[in-house]
Amino acid sequence: MTNDPNDKFMLTNRSKVMEKKQMTLAERLYLPAIAGGMSITFRHIFKKSATVQYPEQLRPIAPVYRGHHVLKRDEAGAERCTACGLCAVACPAEAITMTAAERKKDEENLYREEKYAAVYEINMLRCIFCGLCEEACPKEAIFLTDRIIPSNYGRNGFVFGKDKLVETMDNPVDVTKRQTPAVIEFKKDKFHQHNITINDLVDLGEH
Amino acid sequence: MTILIFKIILVLAVFGLTMLIAMYSTWAERKLSAVMQDRVGPNRAGPMGLLQPLADGIKMFTKEELIPEGSNRFLFIIGPGIAMLTALITGAVIPWGGDVSIGGESFALQITDINIGVLYLFGVVSIGVYGIMIGGWASNNKYSLLGALRASSQMISYEIAMGLSMISLIMMTGTLSLREIVAQQDAGFANVLYQPLAFLIFMICAFAETNRAPFDLPECETELIGGYHTEYSSMKLGLFLFAEYINMFISSAIMVSFFWGGYNFPFQHELGLSPNALATVQTVVFFLKVFGFIFLFMWVRWTIPRFRYDQLMNLGWKVLLPLSLLNIFVTGVVMYLTGKLN
Repeated sequence: MTNDPNDKFMLTNRSKVMEKKQMTLAERLYLPAIAGGMSITFRHIFKKSATVQYPEQLRPIAPVYRGHHVLKRDEAGAERCTACGLCAVACPAEAITMTAAERKKDEENLYREEKYAAVYEINMLRCIFCGLCEEACPKEAIFLTDRIIPSNYGRNGFVFGKDKLVETMDNPVDVTKRQTPAVIEFKKDKFHQHNITINDLVDLGEH
Repeated sequence: MTILIFKIILVLAVFGLTMLIAMYSTWAERKLSAVMQDRVGPNRAGPMGLLQPLADGIKMFTKEELIPEGSNRFLFIIGPGIAMLTALITGAVIPWGGDVSIGGESFALQITDINIGVLYLFGVVSIGVYGIMIGGWASNNKYSLLGALRASSQMISYEIAMGLSMISLIMMTGTLSLREIVAQQDAGFANVLYQPLAFLIFMICAFAETNRAPFDLPECETELIGGYHTEYSSMKLGLFLFAEYINMFISSAIMVSFFWGGYNFPFQHELGLSPNALATVQTVVFFLKVFGFIFLFMWVRWTIPRFRYDQLMNLGWKVLLPLSLLNIFVTGVVMYLTGKLN
């Protein structure tokens, strides 16, 4: 094998052929190199710091940021979630668990449909904030918002139940950034590959 | 009697100032390392984080104190004490400023002007290694022992080159008294102009003697987990770390006194100041020079990576020692040729 770089397969042409040579006197003195290094650190004194003073100052985030989930209520204030479990099925990280319950006679104002989620938990340590739950939801009940998950002292503290997920009546969470008309239209469109189910394919005679 | 009171006040002032400067050196170190790495540094405790040293002190004092079971209890406790003691008593011979006159009497701003001040300094600095050695050995921990071994061999090696670099300066000045060395620089130029090589060697050795980067092998966190102070906790650890900062301050003061004119500054006698005003300005100038050196110490620490152990020994024995011997020889020849040798 020769030292010619053309002889072997190379991904880039950036590799350098190193030759072993004696250091020059200036190199062996170290002092020029030290002076060079010190001038670099000195120049950095005058550079702007990259720090963001976090609690007071927030980094700008995208309007469609995917953070802390919210379980929406409808206009009358009833929970939209029907505990169908599609979000849990769609979740690639298996972060969502729920227990369904039947709505009682006098609970019509609390839950939109006959079935509702008695327990709905998202493990925020498992969640990868991909947004597939939001995409899977047929009832427009779950959305990701631009809120950041706060830190916690224990793992159990990261399992968010309905107390943290469902929006309160007096403080509704705005999800119009993620629920744009285009998105609503897109979710209805059965011709988009990701919305097609097996049954649709059977109907279309393509299967 | 007045001289005694003056000296007591001066001792307390020097002690307090040394502590204060060492305290705020920790703050400056953190702040400087931060800005050099494009960060902000401590900024939560007080304005600009200025209360950070106090917070650190309270933390150090209130932490649980552990003394390892297999350790030699007496030596373990006395180790940081020796480190702190030797760091503090070096300040006794440093001239902090010119003469001040109070009530017609003239006092020198120096705790004691012994005629062998340079030897005193070297003697005390040599004892300084005992604090680290005893502390590391008494910990009964292999990392501490390795750190202590490294510290002792490093300090002994570099002390030789340091002493030899001083000899050429002493040949030139003809005195061992620090006050006189500084006074001679008032009449002529700063010694660094005559002895640049001696200054360079002395400075490198001072970095090694204070165990600071790039010579921080006795306490390198990455290999020895703190080295000689691995087993130390609470304020005993604090004393070790504090002693390092005091050493840095004192080394800077020594370098300023020996090589950079001490408290003198150019054209000081042309200003027409009264003796007391002049002494005040001189003290301020002295501290500004010292702060410059402390800045240099920190600047180097946050720039240069640590030496490997063989490189450290090579530099000490094969480079600095022959260079300082050569410097003595050249100094002697030049003095002979210029007829200054009598």
